[in-house]
Amino acid sequence: MLCDICKKNEATVHLTEVVNENVTELHICEQCARAKGASVHQHFGIAELLSGLVDMPDDMVSKKSHINIKCPSCNMSYDNFKKIGKFGCAKCYETFSRALFPLFKKIHGTSCHIGRQARKIRTDKAGHAGKAQEPCSAKDALKEIRAQLADAIEKEEFEQAVVLRDKIKMLEAGEGRPR
Amino acid sequence: MDIDNLINHTSAWLKGIGPESDIAMSSRIRLARNIDGLLFVDWSDEQTKHKVIELSKKAVSSSDYMKDAMYVDMSILDPIDKQFLIERHLISREHAIDAKYKAVFISRGEETSIMINEEDHLRLQVMQSGIALGEAWDIMIRLEKDMERNIRFAYSDCWGYLTACPTNTGTGLRASVMMHLPAIVLTGQINGLMKAVSKLGLTVRGFFGEGTEAIGNFFQISNQVTMGRGEEETIDNLTRIIKQIVAQERGSREFLKEKKGDIIEDKISRAYATLESAHIITSGETIDLLSLVRLGIGLGMIKKMNAQCLNELFILIQPAHLQKLAGGALPPSERDIKRAEIIKSRLKIKKE
Repeated sequence: MLCDICKKNEATVHLTEVVNENVTELHICEQCARAKGASVHQHFGIAELLSGLVDMPDDMVSKKSHINIKCPSCNMSYDNFKKIGKFGCAKCYETFSRALFPLFKKIHGTSCHIGRQARKIRTDKAGHAGKAQEPCSAKDALKEIRAQLADAIEKEEFEQAVVLRDKIKMLEAGEGRPR
Repeated sequence: MDIDNLINHTSAWLKGIGPESDIAMSSRIRLARNIDGLLFVDWSDEQTKHKVIELSKKAVSSSDYMKDAMYVDMSILDPIDKQFLIERHLISREHAIDAKYKAVFISRGEETSIMINEEDHLRLQVMQSGIALGEAWDIMIRLEKDMERNIRFAYSDCWGYLTACPTNTGTGLRASVMMHLPAIVLTGQINGLMKAVSKLGLTVRGFFGEGTEAIGNFFQISNQVTMGRGEEETIDNLTRIIKQIVAQERGSREFLKEKKGDIIEDKISRAYATLESAHIITSGETIDLLSLVRLGIGLGMIKKMNAQCLNELFILIQPAHLQKLAGGALPPSERDIKRAEIIKSRLKIKKE
């Protein structure tokens, strides 16, 4: 069998992945496998998910100039993100947030994190990390998310509000309570 | 401790002492974490990458769990050493490419490792023998807490831990179990199983070998999603399904022994004899044969070899380990001869 990529060498590396009942196979030679590295393996199936299924809501892309929004911190454009399939920095999440709700729904079936919370670290005026505090309790989390919900509604960010509402419901039911 | 010393030790997860380790060889938990305020690895400059290394070093040195860890600068390793770490499952294949500003911390016993500047700033890994995801998670929590004393992770209340790839966002957790399922394969049930498992939100992949092809009937089963489900729920869910697969493999082994005992014993004995007598052998053939012998041990048909010795052979016969044992680089044709030699000598020791 010849390599699926270069069509020249004998394929010696055989990749099979089953995602949602779809079996995808890729047969490639060692050279192409090396050139592609682990990325073949890792992003197999994900690239199409990102490029084909996820489009920014219309109002985020300027229709006149077709200029994409860019992350102010790392300069990643939304187009580039779609192509690469990876964020450039944590700030990208905020910048592309409206497109991320549908994206996470596609990938994970939900766009709401349940589980461990990062330890809150107080930062002093100089910006240095201060003494670490214990992770906040479920009660604190509820209080905080309720405040975020009120804020989101006020700003008319309804997609975010729905996620926050669901999160509050889950927390109140005691399911997957963060520790 | 340096890399060369590792070859004289067996990784703890290979010892075959964990629960159900005859079928579920090892459990692994991986957490993806990034440092708040720094650009992700692929988009950051050298200065940032250097900063990630320095911050990690500081966090590791003050960690109770990792303070004796070995620090390995990937950029100074030769290709054999890099491949050697991949074969021991201490680093990913990706981590060996473009190794500048990449590093890995490896704990004593090789149970835990932390890759620095892989796809994410930190990739924490814990491995255990057998079905032991719960135990691995307990260790992981301690390790993560240790790191968090010095590092603030990129996190959002809404989306959880922020990772470079959106498939890891949320918990950043990938839990996986490496399973040896020869009886399920021999009885033709594997495709059905793979389909069923993928319906449950899990991913199945082939495991061993140079690439990622499924040889030797080894499969890696892992969670697919990292959002909307807590860590413990993810781990409990995976563990439950793994236990069912173990039961299915045991049932299939019983079936084979009862209904096709002679044919199976013939296959297994021939595999053992080939390993004992071959003069030239490739790694692919070796893994297929070792897989049958491993089944033979499980079925009680082979008594002259134990699980640990066999598990070690799976690792030792891979190219970089082979060349380390030979003391230098060997072309593939000579590797096949050296491989046959090592197998023969190991089998002999076990016989005497």
